[in-house]
Amino acid sequence: MRGRTLVIGVPFAWLMLFFLAPFLIVLNYSVSEMGSVRPENIYAVVDGAIKLTLKYSNYLSIAGDGLYFKAYLSSLKYAAITTVLCLTIGYPFAYFMARARATLQPALLMLVMLPFWTSFLLRVYAWKGLLEEGGWVARLLQALHLDGLLLQTGMIAAAGKYMNTPFSLVIGMTYTYLPFMILPLYAALAKMDLRLLEAAADLGATPWEAFWKITVPLSKAGIIAGSMLVFIPCVGEFVTPELLGGPQTLMIGRVLWDEFFSNNDWPMASSVAVVLILLIVVPLAVFNKYQAEAQERSR
Amino acid sequence: MSTRRALFSPSFAIGFGRGWLTAGFVFLYLPILTLVIYSFNKSPLPTVWGGFTLDWYVKLASDQEMLGGLWLSLQIAFMSATTSVVLGCLAAFSLVKYSRFTGRTLFNGMVNAPLVMPEVIVGLSLLLLLVALQSVFGARGMMTIWLGHVLLGMSYATVVVQARLQDMNPQLEEAAMDLGARPHQVFLLVTLPLISQALASAWLLTFSLSLDDVVVSAFLSGPGSTTMPLVIFSRARLGLNPSVNAVATVIIAIVAVFVTVASVLIARAERRRAEEVNAALRANP
Repeated sequence: MRGRTLVIGVPFAWLMLFFLAPFLIVLNYSVSEMGSVRPENIYAVVDGAIKLTLKYSNYLSIAGDGLYFKAYLSSLKYAAITTVLCLTIGYPFAYFMARARATLQPALLMLVMLPFWTSFLLRVYAWKGLLEEGGWVARLLQALHLDGLLLQTGMIAAAGKYMNTPFSLVIGMTYTYLPFMILPLYAALAKMDLRLLEAAADLGATPWEAFWKITVPLSKAGIIAGSMLVFIPCVGEFVTPELLGGPQTLMIGRVLWDEFFSNNDWPMASSVAVVLILLIVVPLAVFNKYQAEAQERSR
Repeated sequence: MSTRRALFSPSFAIGFGRGWLTAGFVFLYLPILTLVIYSFNKSPLPTVWGGFTLDWYVKLASDQEMLGGLWLSLQIAFMSATTSVVLGCLAAFSLVKYSRFTGRTLFNGMVNAPLVMPEVIVGLSLLLLLVALQSVFGARGMMTIWLGHVLLGMSYATVVVQARLQDMNPQLEEAAMDLGARPHQVFLLVTLPLISQALASAWLLTFSLSLDDVVVSAFLSGPGSTTMPLVIFSRARLGLNPSVNAVATVIIAIVAVFVTVASVLIARAERRRAEEVNAALRANP
């Protein structure tokens, strides 16, 4: 019994101290205001009674100041665009991977996971060189005459300038999170029973109908898991917007960073953090629900 | 297949599939490839090829800021990977073996939360804790970065070890207990060897996470404790810098060797285990 207490107790205590306690401190600071050096205490002992002073000024300025609202909105927007792009590229990719020869599949899987092992920071940095004027991808995009389309959709501001635009940001995030989309989709598609498609064909379905009515619904768990694995981290992303984004792509991770490092306003940074968590709670709940269901089924 | 049913001809479908996979892999590997190629570029401009040179590597060899950062990063990565695996192993064990204990739901939530929590929040909240407890933890530096990386790494390690423990045949441990092994003997002689491969991959994963982390390190580093990713990040922020390409190539080369060796070793261990299982089955049908 003492062994059991130790096995559970050590990681439990660690998480209470370094995960839960810091989080409570953030909550605490978010309802205080910056003093001269430190945030003010929200409670004080006056005449033997604890007096609680909660200040909601941070939340009020988040709600009132257009800058924060815009940053939250654009975080959600770019995360959503990235998720859709990852799904569009990743679904056919995972599909063809799952239908490739069985002997080839472990190697393909390995190739998808290998970039994980090389630095994420360096891979994002590499896009700077590719999208800079005269870079390989920039030249390819110009040769394909995609400028007009990108200009029309507002992804770039001027023809031939791809860096520090919404376009470079979305490319960078799609690139970073694509494997997170491919892996759950592949897992869902690889374990599908192909006889179902034969049965559908025997009953007169065209391959296209069979795909939409059988393959896609059966890979729903993978689609949801992959989308959440892309969407959730994208909302709070900092490194990619900082390196590849521009003045138009203010995202909330950068706002939090600036509040803390440039403005030195800890309470404001804490409030931004609390609202950011609220933003990802809903997609997170969806993700957890489907994960739990998938686990139930596999048992 | 009748012509009515075929959306595309089969050969078109195969060609399309191959094309899509190839394009996808080009997308995934092109940036890595260009990093390597331009590290040998004589021209400092990242988009102009000025001929082959090894200058950037020579410069790297005397780049004290980068080398100091690398040494610090390696130390932190080694320590945090080791701690993460120990804590992650305990956490995974608790979650798999004990289906009921007080606060299990909270525990499970806390283990998984850092996986999806934006890193800016993890960094900010830990920093605020460290400031509140400054008298205990002292100034920011190597130890505080280590703490942050363990918090992240532990979650990843737990997930990896948990998956392995769930797959494991519980009869093996039960058999050992029936034969009179004490719980710690069961763990050391049966469970640990069986999950050793998961522990190794968890260690490698948390090592590389720590070696790569920018955001949490930026919050938790102090003066004089600049890790390599922070050096790279501050140079990359200012623009393109060939010294970054040279470092990148060195890292990619090390990772490539490491991953190849590790996968060969893991494949060999797997084969040996399969043979042992087969031999045992043949001896005791």
